[in-house]
Amino acid sequence: MSRSTAEDVPKTSAPAAGPVRNVSPAEQQWIDNILAPALAKSPERPIGADTGTNRNPDGTARFTTISGVPVERLYTPADLPADWDQHPDKYLGHPSQAPYTRGIHATGYRGKLWTMRQFSGFATPEETNQRYKYLLQAGGGGLSVAFDLPTLMGYDSDHANSEGEVGKCGVAIDSLEDMEILFSGIDLEKTTVSMTINSPASVLWAMYLVVAEQQGADWKKISGTLQNDILKEYIAQKEYIYPPAPSMRLVIDTFEFGSLFTPRFNPISISGYHIREAGATALQELAFTIYDGVEYVEWALRRGLDVDDFAPRLSFFFNSHNDFFEEIAKFRASRKIWYRLMTDRFHARQSRSQLMRFHTQTAGVSLTAQQPMNNIARVAIQALAAVLGGTQSLHTDSYDEALALPTEEAARIALRTQQILAYESGVAQTVDPLGGSYFVENLTLKMEQGAFQYFDKLDAMGGMVRAIEQGFPQKELAESSYQYARAVEAKEKIIVGVNDFVVEETPQQILYIGESVRDSQTEKLKRLRARRSQAEVTRLLAALRQAAAREPQAEKGKISSANTMPYILDCVRAYATVGEICEALRDVYGTYEESSWT
Amino acid sequence: MTTEPRVAQQNKFPIRVLVAKPGLDGHDRGAKVIARALRDAGMEVIYTGLRQTPEMIVNASIQEDVQCIGLSILSGAHNAIVPRLMALLKERGADDILVVLGGTIPAQDIEFLKQQGVAAIFGPGTPLETTVDFIRAHVKPRGLAA
Repeated sequence: MSRSTAEDVPKTSAPAAGPVRNVSPAEQQWIDNILAPALAKSPERPIGADTGTNRNPDGTARFTTISGVPVERLYTPADLPADWDQHPDKYLGHPSQAPYTRGIHATGYRGKLWTMRQFSGFATPEETNQRYKYLLQAGGGGLSVAFDLPTLMGYDSDHANSEGEVGKCGVAIDSLEDMEILFSGIDLEKTTVSMTINSPASVLWAMYLVVAEQQGADWKKISGTLQNDILKEYIAQKEYIYPPAPSMRLVIDTFEFGSLFTPRFNPISISGYHIREAGATALQELAFTIYDGVEYVEWALRRGLDVDDFAPRLSFFFNSHNDFFEEIAKFRASRKIWYRLMTDRFHARQSRSQLMRFHTQTAGVSLTAQQPMNNIARVAIQALAAVLGGTQSLHTDSYDEALALPTEEAARIALRTQQILAYESGVAQTVDPLGGSYFVENLTLKMEQGAFQYFDKLDAMGGMVRAIEQGFPQKELAESSYQYARAVEAKEKIIVGVNDFVVEETPQQILYIGESVRDSQTEKLKRLRARRSQAEVTRLLAALRQAAAREPQAEKGKISSANTMPYILDCVRAYATVGEICEALRDVYGTYEESSWT
Repeated sequence: MTTEPRVAQQNKFPIRVLVAKPGLDGHDRGAKVIARALRDAGMEVIYTGLRQTPEMIVNASIQEDVQCIGLSILSGAHNAIVPRLMALLKERGADDILVVLGGTIPAQDIEFLKQQGVAAIFGPGTPLETTVDFIRAHVKPRGLAA
């Protein structure tokens, strides 16, 4: 049995360029007899302000997706590859069949609906625990934890850098004690939980595992997802602590630990969501996210892990933006691309390793602070795109999220939007209903081709970590977001309620979080530090530092002796805080600061 | 908005702006877009990068001799950051620098922030041109004796 390594994998190159349009006689007749006179009578006009940028060199109107990709008037069989019908396995297959364009489940949503997983967290663990119980009671299928910025950056609530930030963007978690409160009364063997935490992911995961253990839950049975995707932090969201190499090592530690002890838990959610929010086009989101996946696989193989030991638990996370068909094409293409990479490039043998499973969240960046109720319509369209794209789970944004964290009412409407899609619209009854649409299939193929072109570029740079160090994805995003801002400024792209259809407005009722959370967390930390054994904490943090400084190497069926996870678990059990554990790792690894790309 | 002589003066001495991202948040799309828009409008822009303390921002503003500080805050930390920054500017005799703020700021905090000396708050969806025009119209001209 040969194991693929980073060195011997063949580089997968882009498929051949798009088809040359081979127009049928019938279509030609339509062009001559019906279309031409119609155009002569009433020419097409750009949607949005006519600035010249949205006209072709010949003066005809130019239509583009929100990502700037040209969209044609009509798609016909002439827009599919000539061998489309001869090679279903190459292009489409059937559901749950390679290349998985049509989805990973043979019965789509008929056997099981997507999981309605609403991301939520604010203020103290006590308050968030109440919101979780409310969401579960309202029919939410799983939980998704939003942590506050100090937690995301590895600082305790009482740290100087945490001033003004505690409990604002998510829930404040300082120690195991807070995690116990967060999940009190929630059965972790039965509830799947996703945690949006990256740089300190292994610390928060360890806390979660210990709470599960206290509840008597079996680690082999618990399921959920750790975001743990540090690469997109360097690219987009910028919540990193340590430099890339040690950060990648911590991620691979969780892959190794998870494959041995928590077989149903996804140790990573490779995320395009934040890449898109930072201004990427749909194609850039797709390409950079999947290539991040490639980078994680390469690092895990270098550790000595077998691809089929960890790949089945790699999961993905995409954004669903306003441009309906472009998004559906992106989702469909993503599964096919991942399948091709896992088979051609990494020689994964198990079908589970070849399947892309993903979570989707509607685009926060598309929400407007103006006329916020309009966001309910945007979210519904975006959510529909995610469902038609075959997502496994979905978060729908609340209409007031351009202003603040959502109120309970706004959060309920967001969940109800998914329930209306699932139970009333009928879209869940047929698998991949847009399969075979000339337009959607053409867009899907273009997404795939575009992604592989990016992969060639990134391969040539020596991988994603190298590309990040050169600022490549960062600069691509900055350029795209500026071009979009410019198009909005020029009203080439209309945002209803913002640059057109504007009205006078009164302020919206929002969820307001004051500074008191920091005080109550600080008080809790003071009591905790007085109560726990300081000598024990000091000893365990020292042991973690030692392990972190050593180079881990996988041994078959055993965890690397330098894997940090067991040491972090020990620290957590002794009630060492997030800040203290991250500080110990900062001592060993140092911190990262990006060069400024503007 | 701006009068003719003032425009002429600006061409000689471009407006200098420090775009700063205080606090722990890393969402820098807005800061980068605005930095580029101000640059395209003929201003000289210095972008601080992420996680700048009020002390770092004030030091950089004085060293770079800027006329305007543009803060980008989305995390809700504005009520802690802004008063500290304004106090430091005053302490260093640099409170003639125009301070503007962009981001997600609850309506109920706007009054307080303006009392602290923030000249304008630009919420999500503000046209780039509005920000550019405001800064042009309100900075203290350079090259004049204080």
